[in-house]
Amino acid sequence: MWDNQDTLEVTGISANGVNVNICIYAFKYTQSREEENILSIHNDWRENRPAQDEPPSALPPGTSAPDFTLHSTPDQSVSLSDFRGQPVILAFYPADWSPVCGDQMALYNEVLPEFRRFNAELIGISVDGVWCHAAFAKNRNLHFPLLADFEPKGTVAKRYGVYRRPDGTSERALFVLDAQGIIRWSYVSPVGINPGADGILTALEALKTEETSQ
Amino acid sequence: MTQESGTAKLTLPVGQRDHRRGPETAQVTLMEYGDYECPYCGKAYPIVKEIQRRLGERLCFVFRNFPLTQIHPHAEHAAEAAEAAAGQEKFWEMHDHLFEHQQALDDAHLVQYAIALNLDKDTFVREMTEHVHINRVREDFLSGVRSGVNGTPTFFINGVRHDDSYELETLLAAIEAAMNS
Repeated sequence: MWDNQDTLEVTGISANGVNVNICIYAFKYTQSREEENILSIHNDWRENRPAQDEPPSALPPGTSAPDFTLHSTPDQSVSLSDFRGQPVILAFYPADWSPVCGDQMALYNEVLPEFRRFNAELIGISVDGVWCHAAFAKNRNLHFPLLADFEPKGTVAKRYGVYRRPDGTSERALFVLDAQGIIRWSYVSPVGINPGADGILTALEALKTEETSQ
Repeated sequence: MTQESGTAKLTLPVGQRDHRRGPETAQVTLMEYGDYECPYCGKAYPIVKEIQRRLGERLCFVFRNFPLTQIHPHAEHAAEAAEAAAGQEKFWEMHDHLFEHQQALDDAHLVQYAIALNLDKDTFVREMTEHVHINRVREDFLSGVRSGVNGTPTFFINGVRHDDSYELETLLAAIEAAMNS
């Protein structure tokens, strides 16, 4: 709301004899309660609105998996398209260093030989940065890449429909892609519950059965 | 293909292959997928003991191996040691001993424990060196993976994964609920 605080009016005659009338107004802006509310609603909307190309929920089976390139180490990056021709497991998870032994990535690390029997590649993705991933992978002795969905934060998670806005992390979400890069199975677990590996193995088995029957 | 949380089910039912404590016909079966080197399993160990003490013959407890070998370098050998002890009818003695000595599970200590439990040392050492029981351990592990085991310890109550905490009160309440259902 603008308030007129002061007005200065000057009247005179210019050098060439014309009457001149100059007014100077001073206004002060103060935010009314109502305006404050409108502004806060607008800001909330602006912060939380989905980007235009962002799906509202996890991409379903049958969708072509959006390609991406992310850093796996400070000087190396990995593109999804590098793995065309083999099944890929994308494991989005909220954060490195969850405080349990059998955390999701440590579990998948143990099950890796089973995934490899299906020639499947496993990729972990979180919004953590490369240095954090490096320390985590070393600590847990992980044998698969962790990608940093770090800058701009969560871009890939958003494109897959698995970004958690209030938390600023991704969901605990799994995607199994076939050799052509089509999503064949996806699952979003409650964020506090490690979904285990059984769903992934069942999906990989179904893929294999389909391939052999074709 | 979907999968719902809280409904993960045991794919390999309890059978003759399993190590059981308590009657086969007990009202409720509690199964643990565990790792002898995992500190959380170590924390769960006295809790399970207390539950066994309170429920007595109404409970059957089953333990299967789920060694996380990449973070626990001694876990797989420890699991093999318990299976080797099982071959000499001392599975539960070794199981308890390992959880009570979680900080020292290297091969030299495993042999010491076998001696302490009066196992035939030569047989034990031979079975350990030849990895006679490794297939059994891996079979346990894979059955766990296929049943939705998602870390250690993971408990199943009458074949349904227990997704809540394994603090005494919580776990006991879940077991009692299964008894009454």
